[in-house]
Amino acid sequence: MSDALSVQDLSVAFHTRAGVVHALDRVSFTVGAGETLALVGESGSGKSVTAYAIMGLLEAAGQVTSGRALLGETDLLAASPASLARIRGKRVAMIFQNPRTALNPIRPVGTQIADVMRRHGGATWFNARARAIEALRAVGIPDPARRTRAYPFELSGGMCQRVMIAIAMAARPDLLIADEPTTGLDVTTQAVVMDLIAEMAAQTGMATILITHDLALAAERARRIAVMHAGHVVEVAETATLLARPMHPYSARLIAATPTAAGTLEELQSVPGALPDLRGAAIPACRYAARCDRRQADCGETLHPHEAEPGHSIACHHPLGVAA
Amino acid sequence: MRQVLLRLAAALPTLCGVVVVTFLLTRVLPGDTATYFAGPTASAEAIEQIRRELGLDLPLPEQFWRYVVALTKGDLGMSLTTGQPVRAEIATRLPASAELTLCALVLAIAIAMPLGVLAAVRQGSLIDHACRVLTTAGVSLPVFFTGLLLVYVFYFVLGWMPAPLGRLDAFATAPPQVSGFYLIDTLLAGDTGTFRAAAAQIVLPATTLALFALAPIARITRASMLAVLGSEFIRTARASGLSGPTVVITYALRNALLPVVTVLGMVFSFLLGANVLVEKVFAWPGIGSYAVEALIASDFAPVQGFVLTMAVLYVLLNLGIDLLNRAIDPRARHGA
Ligand SMILES: Nc1ncnc2c1ncn2[C@@H]1O[C@H](COP(=O)(O)OP(=O)(O)OP(=O)(O)O)[C@@H](O)[C@H]1O
Ligand code: SF4
Ligand SMILES: [Mg+2]
Repeated sequence: MSDALSVQDLSVAFHTRAGVVHALDRVSFTVGAGETLALVGESGSGKSVTAYAIMGLLEAAGQVTSGRALLGETDLLAASPASLARIRGKRVAMIFQNPRTALNPIRPVGTQIADVMRRHGGATWFNARARAIEALRAVGIPDPARRTRAYPFELSGGMCQRVMIAIAMAARPDLLIADEPTTGLDVTTQAVVMDLIAEMAAQTGMATILITHDLALAAERARRIAVMHAGHVVEVAETATLLARPMHPYSARLIAATPTAAGTLEELQSVPGALPDLRGAAIPACRYAARCDRRQADCGETLHPHEAEPGHSIACHHPLGVAA
Repeated sequence: MRQVLLRLAAALPTLCGVVVVTFLLTRVLPGDTATYFAGPTASAEAIEQIRRELGLDLPLPEQFWRYVVALTKGDLGMSLTTGQPVRAEIATRLPASAELTLCALVLAIAIAMPLGVLAAVRQGSLIDHACRVLTTAGVSLPVFFTGLLLVYVFYFVLGWMPAPLGRLDAFATAPPQVSGFYLIDTLLAGDTGTFRAAAAQIVLPATTLALFALAPIARITRASMLAVLGSEFIRTARASGLSGPTVVITYALRNALLPVVTVLGMVFSFLLGANVLVEKVFAWPGIGSYAVEALIASDFAPVQGFVLTMAVLYVLLNLGIDLLNRAIDPRARHGA
């Protein structure tokens, strides 16, 4: 199976008044065509920064300092702003948390969909409205002809997220990055939105990166899971493998902190300790070291990313389930 | 439409308040009208005589009653200095002030908004610094100073501009009044020569006022654009690959306009105030200079007429701003 996206050694630094924040360090993972990969980790672990870096949407203070993000043959990190703008929305699209504020508050939602369709050649001035109605119908919005004229404040959060999905799907992208797409929605709506994304992906063969701090949600929806901690990808494995036999101590903690029933736990803060300060040069090689009970001397020297078994990568010197 | 009528009705108490307050203010201000008009050599009897003729010997409530009764008939009284009905004078002078103020506002917007937008889009660039310098200079230079400076440079030294002597030079004749705006009326009359003369006269005073109005408009445009450019729906627009101009103009600027429109309303009312000075410097026959002269002469009726006109203008202005906000923001249409 070919990869929809392959991220290699992606590092991002933010230049702030308080110093340089090394938000991402050599992040690597791949997403197969049509596959759903979940990116999980507690708040501040760098999930959104990863997504923004791939999309070229980092704010001015953030800089990609190393790495590649191959979308097919194209390295998104090396693409010119103009060619990136042609790729965004067409080959890779993104949806966000807080769908209501992610939509233009003073533009009818149908027009916002039409804007994207016209931009990527999917519609002309003449058929844009008809195409927008079609798109709203496809994401299951009732009475779509009337709803094209609605403003975001007139729609519920769930409806707004459907509109966002319609915008993202406007040009049938190869890859969808969904950054916490259901946070802030009620439980039933969450399921409906996730079902809709899955359905869209299945219809068009689109790959999905599902960003969430809800491991239960990831387990339910993703074929593979990448666990992030403090700007490192610490473990990547197939969902069943990861849940049954986590090898990185952090993943194990995360799994232990998640209720077994596919629940709605918002926070995974029950992992003891806090994320390390990512400023300056004195960050330990393994950023989990201060919180880890398996720590040994070599942990502080190098990060040890490797493939422990086929399709199961970790970044740890003394993984679980292996004789130390 | 109902909204508009409601708003106008809600402004009525304010206008009544303005009527009462201006009446009282003109009575308690220092300076005695009768003494002023009788002249320095007049005898006490002569002064009393004038006072009676003007009705100033009547008790205040009665004076007020007469004033209000006249007002309801649209009568603003007579100016004692010019001997003309106040209403007629305001009717000819208001268009002069309005033309000047609107020209200044249009000029200021035409420069300040693109500047503010560019400064926000290219934060920290040369344009951004230029914007900062201009806004600082704009607020720190007094209007009469920039006015005099412009006259000195462009009329006296360079000779590019006509003498600062009102709306038209002595050789031109005013166009037949339609809108009262010379720039429009001359064109309606097909008189391009007079149009050019009128335009030449208005350039310097309008520039003076525009320089004053630039700063707040550029500043709010920049700040508002920065806030909007950082918002989540702009991120969505970029993530969807929308082109730069679409993102900046269709998505960002339209949203950024809301606070700008509100500030425009404020700037417009500042301009009405700054007008008084500029009209003096350029001998512009507007209502600002009219009111100042009347105030110095303790001539009540023009002052009252001026304040009342201004109050009505403010009410209309706020209504206009409100309607503009509704046109831009669907949430405002929905809310009320
Ligand atoms: N503008 C910025 N300036 C400095 N540091 C930043 C900035 N944006 C992000 N970071 C750094 O990047 C880290 C990761 O942030 P990110 O938003 O990717 O976390 P996240 O995993 O998406 O968390 P959440 O679940 O809260 O969305 C933060 O902890 C912070 O240190
Ligand atoms: S490398 Fe060492 S400190 Fe880091 S997680 Fe593994 S055992 Fe713990
Ligand atoms: Mg995030």
